[in-house]
Amino acid sequence: MSDRQVYMDHGATTPVREEVLEAMLPFLREQYGNPSSVHAKGRAVRSAVENAREKTALALGANTEEIYFTSGGTESNNIALRGAAKKQKKPGHIITSVVEHHAVLDVCRDLEKEGHRVTYLPVDSSGLLDPAAVEKAITPETFIISIMAANNEIGTLQPVGEIGAIAAGHNILFHTDAVQVTGQLPVDVKKLQVDLLSLSAHKFNGPKGVGALYRRKGVKIDPLYRGGGQERKLRPGTENVPGIIGLSRALELSVEEIPRKTKTLQSLRDRLIRGLLKIDDVVLNGHPEKRLPGNVNVSFKYIEGESILLGLDMQGIAASSGSACSSGSLDPSHVLSAIGLDHHTAHGSIRFTMGWGNSEADLDYVLDKVPGVVEKLRLISPMGKSV
Amino acid sequence: MYNEKVVDHFNNPRNVGELADADAVGETGSFKCGDTMTLYLKVKDGIIEDVSFQTYGCGAAIASSSMLTEMVKGKTLEQALKISNQDVADELGGLPPLKLHCSNLAADALHNAIADYRSKYEAGKTG
Repeated sequence: MSDRQVYMDHGATTPVREEVLEAMLPFLREQYGNPSSVHAKGRAVRSAVENAREKTALALGANTEEIYFTSGGTESNNIALRGAAKKQKKPGHIITSVVEHHAVLDVCRDLEKEGHRVTYLPVDSSGLLDPAAVEKAITPETFIISIMAANNEIGTLQPVGEIGAIAAGHNILFHTDAVQVTGQLPVDVKKLQVDLLSLSAHKFNGPKGVGALYRRKGVKIDPLYRGGGQERKLRPGTENVPGIIGLSRALELSVEEIPRKTKTLQSLRDRLIRGLLKIDDVVLNGHPEKRLPGNVNVSFKYIEGESILLGLDMQGIAASSGSACSSGSLDPSHVLSAIGLDHHTAHGSIRFTMGWGNSEADLDYVLDKVPGVVEKLRLISPMGKSV
Repeated sequence: MYNEKVVDHFNNPRNVGELADADAVGETGSFKCGDTMTLYLKVKDGIIEDVSFQTYGCGAAIASSSMLTEMVKGKTLEQALKISNQDVADELGGLPPLKLHCSNLAADALHNAIADYRSKYEAGKTG
């Protein structure tokens, strides 16, 4: 194992920042009151939770009462889609894309079993969805459109603003899974014309197990759970107070830093892409420009992703792969298949996601080590062609 | 997820590459996940004198290929034929359950290589 550790898997999760931990600690110690309690201990915590809600709303251009805290992106997506479906008197129609996260795709598949019809729109070879295709897919039964803001694997940014305008024009609900984009790029719910938006704290240096759902005022969805009436009955259950405090502090910090951070990450990203493409038989997956600031996804031909990850891990580099062998399933990533990659190219994909804490020195190290890892595996591969 | 022995074989694979003047070659692949392996044998007087491999696949696929080459060197073809994929996994000290079925192909490649050898040199005997 290498002494040096370089973490380039911020798309999977991010470290909790010191400032965020500091903000959370009092709520794991003396500030233990239940925000629903009438006494002083409860009231103090209630006020902290509502303050966190206000900060979260501010970061998204939303009103305070439009923010609902959840357990993360998956729960927010489930509440948005299933909640909207529950409101339908008879089975309706949903529009989504083939490159959504499983937390949207698998909910849609479930809703199909319950009688709803779902259109899974294709994307082009860079992962982009055509807004005109969204409009064309609309039927009188369509009650919700759900399109992710940015793809978690290849980083492609979808034209959510245009899709929002289309949905608004047809008076159809628009949900976006903004888990990857929140805290990375500016998100303004009014400009995007979204009705429902999902986010997750651990993707922007907050804690795991907490997220939020933005629900535009007046949008009607049914709760999935019944209980004590917390989160205005949309998500009952005693609040994850330390998590909520951590989420709001992390979001506040990351949004504040966007102008500076975006430029830094984009420059790291583009340098890493250029460096990796210098290796023979490497292709970039996703859009060259319309992609998340810290996302690099490439395929190394003739070798398989899990073995590359293992080789990188030996050098202390943490990344991820769309290869079947690294996912626990037997098929390569649905996203890489959707952009038209053949099996072998999809299997050789590696995602490096940079974030808070990554430096030029990290990049020097990665660019120094990757060619050796790739060459070694290509020498083993029967598909020949060493570097 | 992998034990030290697997990681060692992945990191320092034994007997890698194409064997010059191999007497037999065996290939195998997993339709499910796309892993492929080629095994080269040099046989003298019914004994595997030299062996090498080339593998496209995950860490488990590479480690099991490397492990197998160590297991068969010096063995007779009859002894080698008795080696199963499970034997290779056992010799490695175990593989994650999911990998047992998709990446543990080395013995199949070996059996194919031995069949190749027999079809070339012992056609009359095995018929």
